[in-house]
Amino acid sequence: MSALLVARNLIRTLPGEVPVTLVRDVSLSIDRGEFVVIKGPSGSGKSSLLYLLGLLDQPTSGTLLLEGEDTTGYDEDRLAATRLAKLGFVFQFHFLLAEFSAFDNVRLPMRRLGRLPHEAQRQRALQLLRDLGLGGHEHKRPSQLSGGQRQRVAIARALANDPPIILTDEPTGALDSKSSINVKDILKELVRSHDRTVIAVTHDDHFATGADRQIEIIDGQLA
Amino acid sequence: MLLHFDIAWSHLRTRRRQTVASLLGVVLGVAFFLAVSSLMRGSELDFIARLVDSTPHITVSDEFREPTVQPAVLRHPGGAVSVLHVKPLTERRGIRQYKRRLGQIDAIPGLRAAPVLAGQVIFSFAGRDEAITLSGIEPARMKNVTTIEEDIVAGSLDAIDADPNGIIIGRALARKLSLSMGDTVSVVSPVGNVRVMRIVGLFHTGRAVYDETQGFAQLARVQALLNRPNVANTIIARLEDPYAARATAAHIERLTGYKSVSWQEASEDILSTLLVRNVIMYTVVSAILLVASFGIYNVISSVIMEKTRDIAILKSMGFRAGDIELVFLIEGLVVGAAGSVLGFLAGSGLMWVTGQVRLTVPGESDPVNLPVYWGWSQFVLAMLFAMLSALAATYLPARRGARLAPVAILRGAA
Repeated sequence: MSALLVARNLIRTLPGEVPVTLVRDVSLSIDRGEFVVIKGPSGSGKSSLLYLLGLLDQPTSGTLLLEGEDTTGYDEDRLAATRLAKLGFVFQFHFLLAEFSAFDNVRLPMRRLGRLPHEAQRQRALQLLRDLGLGGHEHKRPSQLSGGQRQRVAIARALANDPPIILTDEPTGALDSKSSINVKDILKELVRSHDRTVIAVTHDDHFATGADRQIEIIDGQLA
Repeated sequence: MLLHFDIAWSHLRTRRRQTVASLLGVVLGVAFFLAVSSLMRGSELDFIARLVDSTPHITVSDEFREPTVQPAVLRHPGGAVSVLHVKPLTERRGIRQYKRRLGQIDAIPGLRAAPVLAGQVIFSFAGRDEAITLSGIEPARMKNVTTIEEDIVAGSLDAIDADPNGIIIGRALARKLSLSMGDTVSVVSPVGNVRVMRIVGLFHTGRAVYDETQGFAQLARVQALLNRPNVANTIIARLEDPYAARATAAHIERLTGYKSVSWQEASEDILSTLLVRNVIMYTVVSAILLVASFGIYNVISSVIMEKTRDIAILKSMGFRAGDIELVFLIEGLVVGAAGSVLGFLAGSGLMWVTGQVRLTVPGESDPVNLPVYWGWSQFVLAMLFAMLSALAATYLPARRGARLAPVAILRGAA
């Protein structure tokens, strides 16, 4: 397996009268097709590390290589373009746009990227929803779906532009046990069948057991 | 762009009540903008039309803009010559060879001209003396350059041709001196000539001073009365395009050398007053739209506060700050555009109602409708103001929304 994401000496400090260091000198390498779980107690810096790896935040120092390219000097627009094409996010709360149907939510990233023609976008959105067991729910709004269904729509949306990396932050945190297992299975399937890389932040031990690798972080440092 | 519009539209739809309230603000702003500006512009144009109708478009007088250059200055051009206390040579007043000048002016396309010899005379009747300005005219030409014929309330302009001793005076002067049609009156000129003239016409322009101090008689008769045969001291002209008067007057001045004044130059003080009035009017009506823009600001700010999670997720998905800004700017523009269109309808209704109001203007016997201007320019201006207000109201909150850091929102939501 080849390294898809390489972090070298990542440090993230929030400025202020008393600067707070969220991530301290983290170096790691994540391969293509790997399911990595980042574990740790609350406030340990798991999510902060995920935001750095997902280009949502920029490190105070250190470098981050994505597919061999250093992203450290990217400006906001280039970071956004990279996120759009190469990264998919699933958060604890689904964050679907309430006014859009499940189908429209899934189509959003495809419409923004504009790589596929209109009809192909439509077909892909429907296929993704069907693959995730949401056939027949395409035109429902998020308020008409259960928690597990919403999270599956969020996963479909994360997969819309066919990104090589899916980053998830407590994806089962707001779900019941049955839905949690379902979401975990979907993520595992993505790695197994589609050679995608999944990086998941969790403090759910049961969720973590399915991962290829578990990384523990305490006080912003790798344990 | 369609994607951004879809998101913007969904935001406006979910906050329907606030959207409708802000939309109403723009509608009322645009409607009142149109109603007030159409009335002001209408009255302005009506006033200018009356001004243009009632005064000659160009007046060529027997004067020069610059004093005659003294021979000593001409002898030493560029020399340090200063000629002081010059008493101008006494010369016969009037436009020299006025018939030739008239021919030159008449040759200008789209222009009709008439000669006038105006002078002060004394009206003497029943022991009362009144000083008036008596203008010698050629009725056939005069009809083409002024609206005086329309103001004749008794007799006709041609009557002074039929009766060489005929005179037309204002109805107000006739009332003042208890004169009526057919009465005779003694007219005394400054050179001492006395003629008995007969009232063959009365006019009423509504301008009190003019109606009490002006009289018209045949040009040849006035020339004889004032001892100035073959002289005219004014040539007045009317143009097919009144707004070409300034340029044409300059051309005539170059052609004849005599001072040639356009109606715009003669009414510069009035026109500048109208300009100031317009500035005040547009400032006031724009203030209405400014107030309406606060409604838009309020809606967009509320949407941004409510949609911070959406902003975070859109940004995490790969939307740029510019995309977010565009979404909110579209929201403002949609409110501005929809408000403008509905405002056009409401404004047109108000304009129509205003146009139905009938008032009796002092000096007019019949009631007249309020003058309302229906030109497209004010609609464009109203929409421009509405869109600019909407954009200005949206810009700051949109920029603030675009700058939101997704991580800060996600941390807060977690």
